[in-house]
Amino acid sequence: MIPANFEYHRPSEISAAIGIIQQHGDEARVVAGGHSLIPMMKLRMAEMGHLVDLQDIEELKGIEFSDSSVVMGAMTTQHELIDNADLASRLPILREAALQIADPQVRYMGTVGGNVANGDPGNDMPGLMQCLNATFEVVGPDGRRSIPARDFYEAAYFTAREDEEILTKISIPVPATGTGYAYEKQKRKIGDYATAASAVMIGNGAASIAMTNLSDTPIWSEAAGTALAAGDVDGAVAAALDAIDPQEDMRGPVEFKKHVAGVILRRAIARAQSRVG
Amino acid sequence: MKDEVPTTEERVANLKGMGSSRKRVEDVRFTQGRGNYVDDIKLDGMLFGDFVRSPYAHARVTTIHTEEAMKVPGVLAVITAADLEPLGLHWMPTLAGDKQMVLADGKVLFQGQEVAFVVATDRYAAADGVEAVEVDYEELPVVVDPFKAMEPDAPVLREDLEGQTEGAHGPRRHHNHIFTWEQGDKDATEAVMAEADVVAEEMIYYHRTHPSPLETCGSVASMDKVTGKLTLWGTFQAPHAIRTVVSLISGIAEHNIRVISPDIGGGFGNKVGAYAGYVCSVVASIVTGKPVKWVEDRMENLMSTAFARDYWMQGKIAATKEGKITGLWCHTTADHGGFDACADPTKFPAGFMNICTGSYDIPTAYLAVDGVYTNKAPGGVAYRCSFRVTEAAYFIERMIEVLAIKLNMDAAELRRINFIKKEQFPYNSALGWEYDSGDYHTAWDKALNAVGYDDLRAEQAQQLEDFKAGKTRRLMGIGLTHFTEIVGAGPVKNCDILGLGMFDSCEIRIHPTGSAIARLGTISQGQGHATTFAQIIASEIGIPADDITLEEGDTDTAPYGLGTYGSRSTPVAGAATAMAGRKIKAKAQMIAAYLLEVHDDDVEFDVDRFVVKGAPERFKTMKEIAFAAYNQAIPGVEPGLEAVSYYDPPNMTYPFGAYICVLDIDVDTGEAEVRKFYALDDCGTRINPMIIEGQVHGGLTEALAIAMGQEIAYDEMGNNKSATLMDFFIPTSWETPNYETDHTTTPSPHHPIGAKGVGESPNVGGVPCFSNAVHDAFRPFGLTQSHMPHDHWRIWKTANGLGLHS
Ligand SMILES: Cc1cc2nc3c(=O)[nH]c(=O)nc-3n(C[C@H](O)[C@H](O)[C@H](O)COP(=O)(O)OP(=O)(O)OC[C@H]3O[C@@H](n4cnc5c(N)ncnc54)[C@H](O)[C@@H]3O)c2cc1C
Repeated sequence: MIPANFEYHRPSEISAAIGIIQQHGDEARVVAGGHSLIPMMKLRMAEMGHLVDLQDIEELKGIEFSDSSVVMGAMTTQHELIDNADLASRLPILREAALQIADPQVRYMGTVGGNVANGDPGNDMPGLMQCLNATFEVVGPDGRRSIPARDFYEAAYFTAREDEEILTKISIPVPATGTGYAYEKQKRKIGDYATAASAVMIGNGAASIAMTNLSDTPIWSEAAGTALAAGDVDGAVAAALDAIDPQEDMRGPVEFKKHVAGVILRRAIARAQSRVG
Repeated sequence: MKDEVPTTEERVANLKGMGSSRKRVEDVRFTQGRGNYVDDIKLDGMLFGDFVRSPYAHARVTTIHTEEAMKVPGVLAVITAADLEPLGLHWMPTLAGDKQMVLADGKVLFQGQEVAFVVATDRYAAADGVEAVEVDYEELPVVVDPFKAMEPDAPVLREDLEGQTEGAHGPRRHHNHIFTWEQGDKDATEAVMAEADVVAEEMIYYHRTHPSPLETCGSVASMDKVTGKLTLWGTFQAPHAIRTVVSLISGIAEHNIRVISPDIGGGFGNKVGAYAGYVCSVVASIVTGKPVKWVEDRMENLMSTAFARDYWMQGKIAATKEGKITGLWCHTTADHGGFDACADPTKFPAGFMNICTGSYDIPTAYLAVDGVYTNKAPGGVAYRCSFRVTEAAYFIERMIEVLAIKLNMDAAELRRINFIKKEQFPYNSALGWEYDSGDYHTAWDKALNAVGYDDLRAEQAQQLEDFKAGKTRRLMGIGLTHFTEIVGAGPVKNCDILGLGMFDSCEIRIHPTGSAIARLGTISQGQGHATTFAQIIASEIGIPADDITLEEGDTDTAPYGLGTYGSRSTPVAGAATAMAGRKIKAKAQMIAAYLLEVHDDDVEFDVDRFVVKGAPERFKTMKEIAFAAYNQAIPGVEPGLEAVSYYDPPNMTYPFGAYICVLDIDVDTGEAEVRKFYALDDCGTRINPMIIEGQVHGGLTEALAIAMGQEIAYDEMGNNKSATLMDFFIPTSWETPNYETDHTTTPSPHHPIGAKGVGESPNVGGVPCFSNAVHDAFRPFGLTQSHMPHDHWRIWKTANGLGLHS
C-alpha cells in the first residue's frame, strides 16, 4: 500500500496546470481530493510520475447562483454540498445524494469535480448530474468547451474529457419550483458504493431518471423519463431496467442487482412523487 | 476536627476491588494517542522488510529474479527460500504440528503466500524493491473446495508430504487429508438415530472469515552482535511461547532471546501463531546486524494471516416425539488451507469442537472432524472464541432450530425441556467434558421475560398476516440462543501447545510503602488486564487497585505463561493472581500477628487490614504490614513481601448465556435491521461489570459482522475476493444496533474467585443468535437452513427461492 515515486506540483493557475500536463503527457495526472486516485496509486494500479494538485487554484472553487442555474467550481467538496444552505434550497437532491456518499472524512476532501471526472461507475455524482441535465466545462490547451453530462461517459474510466483538459465547472439548471426529487441508494454499509442507486426528478410535466453502478457508465434513460412524465411508473421502471447491464461482484449476482435496481427505482419514484408540490 | 473513621463500606469502595466498575486505566493512554504499538518502535539504523507475494493460489515457482530489485536505491537484500535453507529456516513448525513454508520453497499454495523478503533502508524503498522482483510461475490446478480436495484425482497440494500416511494427529487417508478426529460413541449414536421417533438432518456451514484486528501483524527484530542477545518486539498474543519456539527453531539459547509484546491493537486469535514476517525480520537482523521492522498492510493481513472458521458441519439430531433429544451426530469437513496452522491445544486438532452438545442434556453423541488441505490461506484460529467453540455453538444452536421445525415446536420451549438441570452439575457430557456449573433454566426464563417473548411472538404473527395480506414487505424474525462456552485452557494434563503446558502465572511484589507491582504471563490486547487484575489483587490483599501497577508482555521480566486467547486470562492467570495474593496474605498475617503481639490464628483479615479477633480496634493495615515486612526484623520471617504463583487449572470453566435478537427483513432488498438485541451473560464472579459490558458490546458487534456479511471469499482460481475493507465487512457505529446487557451469576466452583471469563461469549453466542433470527423470519415459508453470511443478496436469494418475489 505504498505508491511508486512521483513528483508533486501545486500550481495556482489553470494554465500552469495544463502546462505541466502538456509537458509530461501520460506521466501526469491532476489530483483533486485524492480519495479515488490515491487509493489506486497505493495499490499501484495507477502509477504516474507527476501529480498536479488543484487545491491552490482559486478559479476552481466556489458556488454561484443565478435564477436559472447553479454553477459549481470543480473543487467544491462533497461536504459543501451538504453544508451550503442556498444550494440545499435550490437543489435539495444534491444534499440528499451527498449524504449517501462515503463518510464525513472522505467528503471533507473529495470533490464534486473529482467525483464526476473520475469515470468510476460506482461514483454517485455522475448519474445524478445526468438526471439533472448538468453541463461540464473543461479547459484545455485549445480553450474552453462544454460537455453535457449525458454525453460525458463512454465506458468505465473513459470520458469525453481529453487527457490534457481540466474539468473546471459544473452547471446545473435549477428545476422549476414544485419539482419532486429523490436519490435512493442501497449499499452494504457506510462508505460503500451502491449496490443500486437511482436519481429521480419529477414535476411540471417532465421527469428524469438515472441509475448508478448498474453498468460500466451511469445510465440516464430518456424512455424511462418520458414514461414517468406520462404517469406510467411500470413503463418507466421497465425502460430503466432495460438500459442497465449490472455485473456480479461481492455485492451480489446479476439477477439480484437487476431486481433491487427495480425496487430502488420504484422507491425513488414514490419519494419523488410524494415531494411534488 | 471530627475524627473520621472510615466505615467498612468506605474501605471496600476505596480498594476498587472485585465488583467495582473501575474505569480502565489503559484508556488514559489510548484515548490520548499515547499507546506504544509495534509500529511505534523506532530504533537507530532500523531497516524495513516487505514481502513479494504470490498472485497465484497454486503454482510452481521456477525462478526468482532479484537483480532489478537490488538496483533500487536503498534495497540491501532480497531473501528467498534458498537463502533460508542453509539455516533450516525455509520452513517453520506450525502450532498444529504441521510445518509451513516461510518463503516459497519451489511452489506456492495460496494467493498472497510469501515468496521473497526485500530488506531496505526505508519502507518506500522496500515497496519499490518488491515491485522490481520478478518471479516466474507455472500455474497448477487450484482446489478451493474441501470436498473436491478429497476426490481421488484431486491435485496434490502438499508434495512435501507425499507418501506420508501418518500425520501429527494420526493416519492420513488421502494426499490432501490432514487428520481425522473422533469423539464419543459412533455405534451407540447411530443406533439412537436408527431407533429415534424423529431425526433432523442438515448441513450447517460456518463460512471462512478473519479476525482482522485494527492493528495488523508486525515485528521488530534486533540482534545485538556484541551481547549475542536477540530482542524481538511483535504483535504476539503469547510472547513466552514465541520465545521458546524461536529458541527451538533458531538454536539461539532461550536466555539470549527477549520477546516483548508492547501495546497490541486487538488480536482476536489473529496474533497467536507464528508468521513468516517474524522469522524473516529475525533472519534479516542477524544477517545485517541491524534492527529490522516488518509490518503488514491491511490487504496482507486479510490475505495471508490466520483466517477463522470454514467448517462444513453435517449434523443429525434425534429426539422423541415430545422433543426430548436422544442423540447428536456430527461430521465436520474442516478447510485448513495450504498448511495446518490452527492454534489449538495439541491433543485437540479440532479444538474444543466436542462442546457441540451445547447446553443440552444429550445422552449419546458422536463427532468426527476431517481436516483437509486446500489452496487457501492457512489459519483456523479461534476468532474471539475458545478453540472452535463458536463453530460448535453455531452448529448446535442451528440444529436445535432445525429440530424445532421438524417437531413443529417453539424453539424456546424445545431448549427448555432439554437444558442440563442445575442439579446435574458437575455434568459429564457425552463428548467428554465435565461442565463445572450452570443454571440454564433461570437464565433462560429471565431472558424470555426481559424481552416479553410471548408478546414478541404475537407481534410476529400479526406482521406475518400483514405480509400475507400485502400490507407490508417486511418480515420479523426472533433469534434465540442459549450457548455454553468452554474456556480457560487449560489443565496441563490434557492441554499443551507444542508441548508447552497451558498453565499461567502471576508474580506480585508489594513495595515497602504498600503499593505494588504485578506481572503476568498473559498479554492484554484491549481486554483491560491492567484494570481487572489489579482489582483481583486489591480484593485479595487489601491494597487499593489504584496503587498497583500491572505489567505484561516482556519475557525478561514477566513470569512464564501461555498468553491471552481463548478467554483464558481470567480463568488461568486470574486464578494465579488470586493464589499469589493469598500467599502474600498468609505472610502478612504472620507479620500482623507479630506486630500485634498475638498468635497467628488470633488475627483475621478485614478488607484492608488484619484485626485481632474480637478486638477490631486493634489492627495493622496492609500498608503498615508492608513497611514492617521490609524494615523490621521479625523472628522466623524472611524480609520482603512478594509471591509468585503458577496456576494449573483443575478444569476448564463453562460460561454460558441467553441471547435474543429481533430483526426485520426487507424481502425485496435483502436488508435486515436489528431492532432489539438482549444479551444475558453468566461468567461466574464478575470482576468489573463495566469491562464485561464493553467486552459484550464489542463481541456482539463482531458477531453481527460475521453473521450478516463478513467473509473471506475466493473464486474458483483461488483469488481472494475480499481482501480490502470495502468488501470485508467491519461494522461502524452506523451499522451497530443497541445492545441490552444483563447477567446471572453462577460462580465456577473450582476457580479461586469463581470467575469464568467473558471476552468471547458474545461472539460465540451472538453469531447463532443473529443467524437464527434471519432463519426464523422465513420459517413460516418453509426455510430450514441458509448459509451465512446473511448479507443482502443471500437474504434476497432466500426470499426469492421461497417465492416471495412473485
Ligand atoms: C472509503 C471511500 C468510500 C467512498 N464511497 C463513495 C461513494 O459511496 N460514492 C461516491 O460517489 N464516491 C465514493 N468515494 C469516492 C469519493 O467520493 C472520491 O472523493 C471521488 O470519487 C473523487 O473525488 P476526488 O476529489 O477525491 O478526486 P481524486 O481522487 O483526486 O481524482 C479522481 C480522478 O479524477 C481526476 N480529476 C479530479 N479532478 C479533476 C478535474 N478537475 N479535472 C480533470 N480530472 C480530474 C483525477 O485525475 C483522478 O483520475 C469513496 C471513497 C472512499 C475512499
